[in-house]
Amino acid sequence: MNYPDDLKYTKEHEWLRIESETTVVVGITEYAADELGDVVFVELPDVGAAVSAMGVFGEIESVKAVSELYSPVDGTVVERNEELDDTPELVNDLAYGDGWMIKIELSDPSQLDGLMSAADYQQFLATL
Amino acid sequence: MTTPERWLEKHNRKLLMDRSAPGRIGASHARLDVPESELPDAALLRDNLDMPEVSESEIVRYFSQLSHYNFSIDHNFYPLGSCTMKYNPKINDEMAALPGLSEIHPFQPEETVQGALKLIWHIQEILAEVVGMAGASVSPKAGAESEFAGMLMARAYHLSRGDDKRKKVLIPDSAHGTNPASAVVAGFHVVSLPTNEQGNTDLAALEAAIGDDLAGFMLTQPSTLGIFDTNLSEVIQIVRDAGGILYGDGANLNALLGKVKLGELGFDVVHSNLHKTFTQPHGGGGPGAGAVLVSERLLPYLPEPHVTRAEDEDGERFSLTTPPQSIGRLGPFQGNFGALVRAYAYIRTLGDVGVSQISEDAVINANYILSQLRGTFDLPQDRHCKHEVVFSAKNLKDNFGVSGKDVCKRLIDSGIHPPTMYFPLPDVVEESLLIEPTETESKETLDQFIEVMKLIAKEAEEDPDLLLNAPHNTPNTRLDEALAARRPVLRWSRD
Repeated sequence: MNYPDDLKYTKEHEWLRIESETTVVVGITEYAADELGDVVFVELPDVGAAVSAMGVFGEIESVKAVSELYSPVDGTVVERNEELDDTPELVNDLAYGDGWMIKIELSDPSQLDGLMSAADYQQFLATL
Repeated sequence: MTTPERWLEKHNRKLLMDRSAPGRIGASHARLDVPESELPDAALLRDNLDMPEVSESEIVRYFSQLSHYNFSIDHNFYPLGSCTMKYNPKINDEMAALPGLSEIHPFQPEETVQGALKLIWHIQEILAEVVGMAGASVSPKAGAESEFAGMLMARAYHLSRGDDKRKKVLIPDSAHGTNPASAVVAGFHVVSLPTNEQGNTDLAALEAAIGDDLAGFMLTQPSTLGIFDTNLSEVIQIVRDAGGILYGDGANLNALLGKVKLGELGFDVVHSNLHKTFTQPHGGGGPGAGAVLVSERLLPYLPEPHVTRAEDEDGERFSLTTPPQSIGRLGPFQGNFGALVRAYAYIRTLGDVGVSQISEDAVINANYILSQLRGTFDLPQDRHCKHEVVFSAKNLKDNFGVSGKDVCKRLIDSGIHPPTMYFPLPDVVEESLLIEPTETESKETLDQFIEVMKLIAKEAEEDPDLLLNAPHNTPNTRLDEALAARRPVLRWSRD
């Protein structure tokens, strides 16, 4: 499985891509997508919704189970991936690409420092 | 090549609409010999309804064929963990069909349905006695509605004391999924607690999560890991000291009947899924019946209608009443009455000794399966289980690429219903198979199941494709569950 070096990671298996100083893109890792199995539904917040670090921002349903999605940071949702409404399988197929979930405008960019690097995340996976 | 039986099989699986022939009817009427009259409100009639046009024999065969595709406990072993699919004695159906119980109407005057009300009152009394609580309501239609009622009572209790900051409900990750949903719908905020390596409540995590905002704690006992929480007395003490309400999910009561009274341990609310523990042909979501049982301090909040008994010189009388601070009605009328009659018949035919034996037999059956399949499948908690046992197919997945789901699909080929899979959830047990044999199965049936499971594990090693492509002997073979969930076709259409 692939864990790109340019992303940040959380213990809840979300990834985060830094787009600019104040905006980030969030999705779930290949590990999470594989554990969930075929994703059949993704419920995302509306644009403008507030999210908080470690707070639930949505739900993901696979043929196995329904799980919650946790935001890595505080902020406001500025974009949601509309494609997932009709093609949730993008999460399985392109976890770091078209399977992205929300774009967040950060309220506190320093929170990024607390997230894991790709190497840290893989080390964390080895302990599971 | 199409064989005759394959060709016919395909024909037999046509939907009713596809069997329709224009002008064909199911019943013919005698010649009209009275004057025709206008329909009272012709505007209500629609002429654009696409209705199947079939004969009576065609429609009877259609539904009879469909019924053959169905599976029930009357067909074979059904070890669907946490669903308690026990055999339903036919006498229960006979009792529920008695005209005095089946042909009454909820709007009848109370004095004309005293027998039915007495039955409800008596089952309230029996359940309260069995679980060790002060009172019961049987108006919930199933377990989750009982949970909802129980949490509303917990909220009403806190608010009645002017304690409006208690908003937090703690629920272990091994709980039934309905617990957090019920608590949230009842207005609480849910915090999930981890289970420790022994499968017990993690006491340190519990201590860290309590505070003066604690409204309650919902515990499934035995848990969905099929084990008795050996930290239970500490858990009860901690929650009570913090002023929380202790909720006991009695979905797994089949392990405790006549052995443990949750009320005496300190639980404030307990629910029972009557359709599981006390028989009722259920599956595919119903029909269910729930009971919610409460301690003394929650009695005033029971839902209405509550059946009460009074006695004077004319004898006993049963009435539908409203408890003083009732949380209100959960729905129309008096719950799922037919299911209550079946539960009552089950309890009364067994008697008190028989009811205790339910749990003894259920627990020993589950432990027998545990002992015989140990070594064939992984056993995440290798300790005595209660009425159900959790195995993991992780060994098969790691070694042969065969998942718990593939094992379940292969089991279908043997005519046995698969166990519950992927529950407990993957973060608690990977590739879980939750097996609940219930008390109604003989040793021979259990041995058959054990042998089939061992053969399947052997196949996983020798010919994994047999499992990966299973089932092979069913009208439909492996379904594309992802496609079915992503693009469900829920309506028939001409094209």
